[in-house]
Amino acid sequence: MIDVVYFAWVRERIGLPSEQIETTAETVMDLVTELKAREERYDLAFADLESLRVAVDQELVDFDAPLAGVREVAFFPPMTGG
Amino acid sequence: MKIRVQSDDFDLAAELAGFGQAANTGATVTFTGLVRDDTGVLDHLEIEHYPGMCERAISKIAEDAAERWSLTDCLVIHRYGKLHVGEQIMMVATAGRHRVEAFEAAEYLMDYLKSRAPFWKKEISRDGTVAQWVSAKDSDEDALTRW
Repeated sequence: MIDVVYFAWVRERIGLPSEQIETTAETVMDLVTELKAREERYDLAFADLESLRVAVDQELVDFDAPLAGVREVAFFPPMTGG
Repeated sequence: MKIRVQSDDFDLAAELAGFGQAANTGATVTFTGLVRDDTGVLDHLEIEHYPGMCERAISKIAEDAAERWSLTDCLVIHRYGKLHVGEQIMMVATAGRHRVEAFEAAEYLMDYLKSRAPFWKKEISRDGTVAQWVSAKDSDEDALTRW
């Protein structure tokens, strides 16, 4: 079980702030492929990976990052702090 | 070093009262970011944040700055939630032995906070009809390459 968290327009497109997902995905990219196949709203949210960022257990990573032992994955647009 | 992520406003004078007290501090620099209205129609920002990761990411950025410029003190406060035009969004304060260190570290902190701290700004117009996410700028990402 992995906690998947969404922020900003990713959260709005998917319509959820977070959910628990039972998955055998080995990498973030595998998880994205799995989610996209679920429903159109996921497909829309993950349509352009260039405009998305991902964090595993609250550290920024690339989409090829492994998911073994990971508790939380977060998807969000590029950050606009400051 | 102090990092705070909060919805409440902050009092700049009160925050600076005990800041940079070490005897080897020769310079302090502060920066305050405000909600700006460029178009004349902005009512407020809604700033979303990733609790936990914000504190971690900012701490890492501040530790890097403190080490690189041998800072004697460092403070970062960043707000989230509903912030109207003119309100304070965030502040950084740096204390160093000389002004160059304090200025550079403050700029470094600001550059990294902009694109590496997990906050997202949404602009809400006065009549409530426009609500749009602020996009990250390429220039913000480019700004990191100078460090």
